This record gives sequence, C-alpha cells and structure tokens, in this order.
Amino acid sequence: MPTRTIAGSEVDVNDEGFFTDPSQWNEDMAVELAKESGIDELTDPHWTVIHFMRKEYDDKGTGPTVRALGKTSGVTVKELYQLFPKGPAKMAAKIAGIPKPRGCI
Amino acid sequence: MSTDTSPSTSTDTGAPETIEKVSVIISKGSLDGIYPGLIMANGARAEGIEANVFFTFFGLDAIHAKRHEHIKVATVGNPGLHVATWLGGLPGMSSVMTHVMEKQIEELDIPSIPEFVEMISDTGAGMYACKASVDLFKMERSDFIEQVDDIITVGEFYDIAAGGHIIFT
Repeated sequence: MPTRTIAGSEVDVNDEGFFTDPSQWNEDMAVELAKESGIDELTDPHWTVIHFMRKEYDDKGTGPTVRALGKTSGVTVKELYQLFPKGPAKMAAKIAGIPKPRGCI
Repeated sequence: MSTDTSPSTSTDTGAPETIEKVSVIISKGSLDGIYPGLIMANGARAEGIEANVFFTFFGLDAIHAKRHEHIKVATVGNPGLHVATWLGGLPGMSSVMTHVMEKQIEELDIPSIPEFVEMISDTGAGMYACKASVDLFKMERSDFIEQVDDIITVGEFYDIAAGGHIIFT
C-alpha cells in the first residue's frame, strides 16, 4: 500500500491518493491537501463540509453523496460545487481524509 | 501480447487521458428513458467533469413544468419489464408499474425526476431544450421549468458540445 508524507506525517493512501486510515488525518493535512487540489484557502463552509464528511464516515462507514451533503450538511448543492469545483463528494473526501465515496448519485 | 498495463496516454502531454467534458442528449420521455441520461450527467459533474444536458423530442417532458412529475414507465413494447404485452396494455398498468419503480428508486436514495433535474442544474450543468422539438410540440419557454438555460438549435448544441464527448440516450 502506498504511503505519502502530508504536513510532516506519513500516512497510508490508495492509488488515487485517498486516505485508507482516516484516523491518520489532521487539519493541517487538510490545508495542504486542499492546496494540492487548487483550493488556496479553506473557508468556514469548506470546514463545515469537511467535518460533516468525517462525521458521516464515522457514523456510516462511507462518505455521503453530493445529494446527501446538500440535504444535510447545511451547504446547498450549488454552494458545494462552488466550494469544491472538481466534484464535492470526491474532492471533499480526499481533503477530509476519508476513502472515496462510491455512490452513483 | 503487451504487458503494459498503464493507462493510455495522450501523445502531446504524456498525462493520462481523462474525460473533461460531456454533453448528454435525452431523447425519450419514459422513466427508463430519462433516468440514465440524468445519472450520466450528474455523475459527470460529481467527478468534476463539465456537463451539458440537451433535451430533445419526448425527452422534453423531463423539463416540462406540468409533465415532469408524471413521467411513466412504458408497460407496452418494453420487453425488459418481463410483462406480457396484453397485460401491460390493461388500464392503469403503467401507473402501477411506475409507482412500484418510483418506490424502488426512492429506496436507493435516488431523487425523483423533478428533484434530479433541479439538482443537476445546481451542479452547474447546462440545461438546454431542442428548438426543433419545442416547435414541433408547439411549446414555449414558459412551458419549461426555470432551470432550463435556453432553447437552442442543433448547430448551437454542437457549438456547446465542442471539445467533449456526446452521449445519446
């Protein structure tokens, strides 16, 4: 399994760069991962989504779909795509240090 | 036999080829004719792929304000449903089968067609109605939901679709 160093710590990731062990994540890593994805600064709504993603993963064992995010995170679908232009569920999962959600919707 | 398992690369950059843009055409007006195109468009946006949706012919019903809540499964001439044609033609069969399927769709947490269309528009996908079909069915802009960006010709569609893949459903 590949590993990489993010914000000074070595973490386990898969081939696409998603965390395989979310407990290795911290907020400094999120800042660095966001920059890699083209988000220079994580704003409050970004953090709302990131923390929501992690909570959903803890509760359900999988990250939420964009639709679920839009309905329950308090951030609308429209805003989600503005915050994470390269696909909210996927991009936010990567930054939040959880595996990539596999839903079709 | 080649043992190279790496993804195909584009000749100029050496970077893996990815899909950057799709245009999905929805031409059918049945439940099973509309959902696949919506799922393809929404899925594209979810992957960060630019997407446009072009509704043509009976596919226009998916964005028709008064019709898009009443999209039905075809129970006649639909062998995939495994219902005998004579049975599928009985009054109310289409409504019953539609109800059953809608329930199954909801259980999978897939949105209804009106909600799905609105959501896809919110993802930033372009939503377009085909002018020839709009004229054919004597419809007007006011017949469609507000999420429709424009009524466009086939030529304009190709302009919008330029540089991407086209998916016809």
